[in-house]
Amino acid sequence: MRLLRTLMAAATALAVTAFAAPSLAADDPGPAAYAKALNGKRVMLVPLAMGFDLAQGWAHYLKKEVEAWGGTFETRDPNWVVDAGAQAITDAIASDTRPDVLIIHAPDLNSYSKLMKKAQAAGTYVLLVDNPANFPADAFVGSDWDKLGQLEAEAAIKGCGENSSKKIGLVQGDQANSSSLYQYAGIMKVLEKHPDFQVVAKPDSNWDATTSRNVTTTMLQQHPDICSIIDFWDGDATGASAAIRDAKLDGKVFLVTTGGGEKAADCDKLQDGTYGAVVMTDLARQSGDMNAIIKFLLQSGQPAGTSHTYIYTLEKATTKADLKPDSCWDLKALQAEAAAK
Amino acid sequence: MNAIGWPNWRRLNQEGIVFAIAILLFAAAALGLPGFLAADNLVAIVRSVSVLGILALGMAVVIIGRGIDLSAVAIMAMSVAWYLQLLNTGTSDGLAFVYVLAGVLAIGLLNGFLVAYADVPAIFVTLATGSFVFGYVRSQLITQDAVPVPGGHWVELLGGVRFLDIPVEVFVFAGLAFLVFLFLRYTKWGRFIYFAGDNPVAARNIGVPVRPMLVLRYVLSAFVALIAGLLTAASLHSINTRIVNSTLLYDIVLVAVIGGIGLSGGRGGVRNVLVGAALIGILLNAMTIIDIPLLYQNLIKAAILLGAIIVDGIINPRDEQTTQQGDI
Repeated sequence: MRLLRTLMAAATALAVTAFAAPSLAADDPGPAAYAKALNGKRVMLVPLAMGFDLAQGWAHYLKKEVEAWGGTFETRDPNWVVDAGAQAITDAIASDTRPDVLIIHAPDLNSYSKLMKKAQAAGTYVLLVDNPANFPADAFVGSDWDKLGQLEAEAAIKGCGENSSKKIGLVQGDQANSSSLYQYAGIMKVLEKHPDFQVVAKPDSNWDATTSRNVTTTMLQQHPDICSIIDFWDGDATGASAAIRDAKLDGKVFLVTTGGGEKAADCDKLQDGTYGAVVMTDLARQSGDMNAIIKFLLQSGQPAGTSHTYIYTLEKATTKADLKPDSCWDLKALQAEAAAK
Repeated sequence: MNAIGWPNWRRLNQEGIVFAIAILLFAAAALGLPGFLAADNLVAIVRSVSVLGILALGMAVVIIGRGIDLSAVAIMAMSVAWYLQLLNTGTSDGLAFVYVLAGVLAIGLLNGFLVAYADVPAIFVTLATGSFVFGYVRSQLITQDAVPVPGGHWVELLGGVRFLDIPVEVFVFAGLAFLVFLFLRYTKWGRFIYFAGDNPVAARNIGVPVRPMLVLRYVLSAFVALIAGLLTAASLHSINTRIVNSTLLYDIVLVAVIGGIGLSGGRGGVRNVLVGAALIGILLNAMTIIDIPLLYQNLIKAAILLGAIIVDGIINPRDEQTTQQGDI
């Protein structure tokens, strides 16, 4: 009896081994290592504000991916207030649930540098998104603003054409934000190569649409023969476009701007002729880059602050002529998708 | 000031000083800057300060009654943002407008009630209601900072309205300025505002309904803010609630105060608002034409304002009454 039992046990064991053997051969160590490194990790996004297209798009794509690998995704909304952002970062570093990855959308070159250093010292990887800062973050994901400015200038020159007045007006953001400063530098680089084109005015909008409208009105008043205007952000370029409309110069002034490629903000306005060209950020791809670098850092085992990677998003100036159905992403659709869940 | 309300040049007050600076700037810009005197540019100057001026009119009425309304910009942006959001999500126009009107009325009443009957200082009440309005509408009622005007809606068409090539907000500003002028100068309640602002206790003793009038002022200010918001949305085809974080609120108080409306109440009128708005408008326009960077623009603006206040302090030393009652 005992022998029989032993035999049966042996047979079972053999059978189990026999069945298990093929799956052992296919046992990829990847998923287990991946899950071990990522499971339960916390990712936090601190944008300038949660109320605008870029931040909402990033949050959507990041959340989807982070939650899929078993992490926790959180956002903080400083609502354009630098102090509130600093507070949010400070609280996050000090809390029991300190994030493992902090994604920061810096308001200017320096404000958060110390805090980001503190975060790294505490062991949190710091990712900078969209706006560069004077800080060696673990990774920067976003636009090369200098290159972006060059693309804008090239679009403006093309929009003006050879037989135009060759006068270009700029509506800058401000004199503190890196995106504005580098964009300006890039535009000037291209214009140096085209000495026949000149910048006739370069006021600041302070990222406000009403101010953009007022300064553009004055600019068009002083130089009615301007052939192109470059406004540094689609968030306030609605003001510049209102000024062009009011001056009855629609179709005569080629308005170039840049944005996150949201449908209502960019593609619809290219379609109706409000904007001549928009240098659009491929937001889904940019978020994908962030997801990839987050997954890399969390598995790398390297301490925070030891490597510095720049991942620039591919930018392209889009005009009405090369608009495609998938040129833009649709915030409304993302919101509807989130609401349906 | 004499009977018809012209400034008394022998006794130069702050309004006179600011008016003189505005004239000087205007003359200098007219001589030095090509295109400054062009009719279109003059219209653009007035237009650029129209919304600011409209808000300052509402603020002036409140300040003359010795109060202040720090919720004006929040009401302006959030009421219109909510209105547009309702329209974008399919609420009928009439119903949406009734909601928003009721909301604006409620906030005006709340401001007035807390100041008049609960005796909470206006500066705290309106600071709090402003934050509340912004926070509530932003978090509960709208999904985005920027809310677009639906295509073809009357607000969008309003932005394109021109008479003699002059944009509609200039006429609204002029019309409202005239109405407020009539109200303050020729109606009983308008005159009472000066009494109540100058000396609330004495005003009550002679039978002025001080408290109901206080409520009325905050309601008026809230409605003026709604009008300013609608005009902003009309021009830009969208409203961006980020404006609540901007310096617009201080600019409004500035336009009123630099024009010579004393924060201690009881003094000033529509003319002071117009003078203040003229100075800011000419200054900003000239600096934009010269292409002065924004940082320097703010510096120059602040320096001129500070200068005007210092000169006023020297020419018109604080009197016994102000010292006793204090400013707000």
